[in-house]
Amino acid sequence: MSKKRVIPGFGLSMGFTVLYLSLIIIIPLAALFIKAAGLGPAEWWEIISSRRVLAAAKLTFGASAAAATVSMVLGLLVTWVLVRYEFPGRRILDAMVDLPFALPTAVAGITLTQMYAPSGWIGQHLDKIGIQAAYNPIGVFIALTFIGFPFVVRTLQPVMEDLGKEIEEAAATLGAGRWTVFRRVIFPMFVPALITGFALAFARAIGEYGSVIFISGNLPFKTEILPLLIVAQLEQFKYEAAAVIAAAMLIVSFLLLFIINLLQRWLDWQNR
Amino acid sequence: MKNRPVTTESPIVRVLLITSAVIILTLFLLMPLFAVFAEAFRRGWEVFLASLHDDAALSAIKLTLIAAAVSVPLNTLFGLSAAWLVTKFRFRGRSFLLSMIDLPFAVSPVIAGLVWVLLFGAQGWFGPWLAERDIQIIFALPGIILATVFVTFPFVARELIPLMEAQGSDQEEAGVTLGASGWQIFRRITLPNIKWGLLYGVLLCNARAMGEFGAVSVVSGHIRGKTNTLPLHVEVLYNEYQFSAAFACATLLALLALLTLGLKSLLEQISGHKAGGH
Repeated sequence: MSKKRVIPGFGLSMGFTVLYLSLIIIIPLAALFIKAAGLGPAEWWEIISSRRVLAAAKLTFGASAAAATVSMVLGLLVTWVLVRYEFPGRRILDAMVDLPFALPTAVAGITLTQMYAPSGWIGQHLDKIGIQAAYNPIGVFIALTFIGFPFVVRTLQPVMEDLGKEIEEAAATLGAGRWTVFRRVIFPMFVPALITGFALAFARAIGEYGSVIFISGNLPFKTEILPLLIVAQLEQFKYEAAAVIAAAMLIVSFLLLFIINLLQRWLDWQNR
Repeated sequence: MKNRPVTTESPIVRVLLITSAVIILTLFLLMPLFAVFAEAFRRGWEVFLASLHDDAALSAIKLTLIAAAVSVPLNTLFGLSAAWLVTKFRFRGRSFLLSMIDLPFAVSPVIAGLVWVLLFGAQGWFGPWLAERDIQIIFALPGIILATVFVTFPFVARELIPLMEAQGSDQEEAGVTLGASGWQIFRRITLPNIKWGLLYGVLLCNARAMGEFGAVSVVSGHIRGKTNTLPLHVEVLYNEYQFSAAFACATLLALLALLTLGLKSLLEQISGHKAGGH
């Protein structure tokens, strides 16, 4: 760079930022990958392809995708109502959307379990119609939806607030009905934010631990999630296996996020 | 006006949408919050108070406060430094640095604990070296702090970077021209401009630090009265079927969450800034 830096503190802030980032994030994560790489491809494959790991992976990624999708639908409805309409209690409800961010996951976990257990406030009604939510994959899905929901609302909200009414007016003037305007004009403008919200909710759900382990019941092959499987390996002092599962999990979630990122760029480019 | 504006829905649709949103938010968000308190007081005040007065509970509260008191200032310092670096200067690797700062959000809390076990645990890289010198990191306070620092790493930086980017550097540059030192510029110009955003970031960072469960659970070893933070203490009580005691301790964490949300709304009103936390 030819231009001389005017503002002081480049060296100091660069030094401290890089040092701290390396010590706290980069070196520890590198240690994880080095530990995992200590095993050969055959052992890797043996760990990754074991039935228990595959079952946990299926549940983790499946429930996360389902929860992020439902969060996206509920989030769209709730955000629309919070942004577009005035009604008593709106401000409070708006502030409450962040509750899953602020409420410690262990508290969310035991509370949801208590609510959805067969004797709980919601569980007893579900029980009557033959649905057992707690200690089942449905429970995992419920906890992950709770955790993911605010990501969608908070990503979508600024986009909705900034949306001018001119385009809607123009469309209505041209004779389009309200539903058509929403479907053809308004909704497409929300798609990029919806995808970002989905990606954030999904990424968080894959790694989620505290809110899930109580409601899931942790039965191997049935309701065991990947993060719990890592903990189980650690408890048996199988450090390599824990590192391999963790590394594989990180690689898959980075890849998924990268793909979603690409999709978003493609959409941006299409809309231009 | 008799006709409704073209940019809104018919009253029936509106009422339907509002009702369903309110039902979703009530069932989904308000009810769990309410349930925490209902469960905590199910067996009365005495049990509630006794659960909080228990020695293990008190030591868990103390440990939680210590862990937050160390990790929040560290990450605040980092947030200020990183935000200064990426918003005041353009350099090679800047966007790489930005994505590295976000990285912990994509890492499971359990993995955030695991990495420290692999480094400092008995079987870890530095395990034998630490054992020789009788230093314990894993299953002790330093490990709990490291795990907390990892998961709360991006919070302050994430709030400050967009804010400082939007504000630009004109005022700081004017300060330099007028002969102010770097420290003066930071204290007199930058800090007053970013104070609400900074507080906001610290608030979110603190809430997560005090409530962290997964990462801390991996490195703590769950030694009752010694290495249990408040969320871990809640888990232990719950797993021992002491539900009222578990929920009594959980109310403290729920109150922390409510306090955080309240202060957050207040800060948003003062600063007119709305941001999505994580």
